[in-house]
Amino acid sequence: MALTGLFLVVFLLEHLYGNLLLLKPDGGAAFNEYSHNMTSNVFIRIVEILLFLGILAHVVNALRLTIENKKARPVKYAVNKPAANSSWFSRNMGLTGSIILVFIVIHLSDYFFEYRVEGLDGDETIYGEVIESFKNLWYVIIYIVAFIFLGFHLNHAIQSAFQTLGINHPKYNPIIKKTGAALAFIITIGFTFIPLYIYFTMH
Amino acid sequence: MNLTLKIWRQKNKNDKGRLETYQVSNISPDSSFLEMLDVLNEQLINEGKEPVAFDHDCREGICGMCSLYINGEAHGPDRGVTTCQLHMRKFKDGDTIYIEPWRSAAFPVIKDLVVDRSAFDRIMAAGGFVSVNTSGNTQDANNIPIPKDDADKAFDAATCIGCGACVATCKNGSAMLFVSAKVSQFALLPQGKVEATRRVHNMVKQMDEEGFGNCSNTGACEVECPKGISLENIARMNREYLKASIISEDEE
Repeated sequence: MALTGLFLVVFLLEHLYGNLLLLKPDGGAAFNEYSHNMTSNVFIRIVEILLFLGILAHVVNALRLTIENKKARPVKYAVNKPAANSSWFSRNMGLTGSIILVFIVIHLSDYFFEYRVEGLDGDETIYGEVIESFKNLWYVIIYIVAFIFLGFHLNHAIQSAFQTLGINHPKYNPIIKKTGAALAFIITIGFTFIPLYIYFTMH
Repeated sequence: MNLTLKIWRQKNKNDKGRLETYQVSNISPDSSFLEMLDVLNEQLINEGKEPVAFDHDCREGICGMCSLYINGEAHGPDRGVTTCQLHMRKFKDGDTIYIEPWRSAAFPVIKDLVVDRSAFDRIMAAGGFVSVNTSGNTQDANNIPIPKDDADKAFDAATCIGCGACVATCKNGSAMLFVSAKVSQFALLPQGKVEATRRVHNMVKQMDEEGFGNCSNTGACEVECPKGISLENIARMNREYLKASIISEDEE
């Protein structure tokens, strides 16, 4: 979970960089060019395959672990107070992860499938498609909710990944935790700001 | 203090079990939780009923025998103590207290509140030791220099009493805190380093075979541990395991 998770975080940062190009006031030229490079560069295509495998491995592993963990406690407690010793989000990574997975499927069917499998119609651009979809309030809401869950998912995930890899040191733990939280915050704010900006300025 | 107790009763491991309600009165706030259960059991014996079975031995917080999931928390609401050290003053007069056994597939209930924790013994037998020839020529341990920091950390890890609170409280029923404490107490010392790679592999393998869950780093175990065993030990075990997987020269 740790290795695939950290790989997916790197992808998120890269994706955020690409999305920020949407805000460049050049009528979408930079974003269109970036998107075109993403589909034509051989290196990127290989990484893309790795990315899908990474998501798949992360999901399959999560399912396997969840099943094993359920089996480890066949009889539940009549009274249990988990909130006394751990945070809700640390205990519900499977739930937040599932919400994110549903979002990824919606997201891929809207952009990836249309852009890469069906192909755009003559005068359509990927920039135009994105702007168009963010004029839809429901789409903006789904997008924001998904990224808020992603933010809490990452807040636990990043420091947890370091612990799993055995990187735990009294001197560096606060730095790891704060950096993880900051990354989660930046990713959430960055991804949610873009649809809000488009909705309110171009509507 | 007058209290209502909801206690898990189960005849044997095949019985389904159920919560039963009991009343106890005139409990001193200065008595321990186990003494309160003693009062209940005396009452039950006088009424000609079966007393509640629960584990206990030293009653001073060092043997690791007592357990009990009290009002949704391992060893009850207090921190850094076992159930025998939990005082009744942590509760209020008139409270209803739920008392359940540890819940884990690896810790089957034997009777009432008593669970079988021999899974921990089997993990220890798989590697939780240092092989020493007791030929009569064993050298004094103090002859081997050990950095103070390492000795301290090994000692901290060795304070684990194997009570199983970490497993009981973990949402995944994982035994990582226990196993990591046992791996750490040897891995940090020169005597233990000789067998370090084999030890971590065998102990983790046994842990998985016993049916414990996986660690998802919620940190609940560290909070509930009566001996304050740190998550640092789990990270150390993960390092040892990684190292053992990569550089081990064992062919298995």
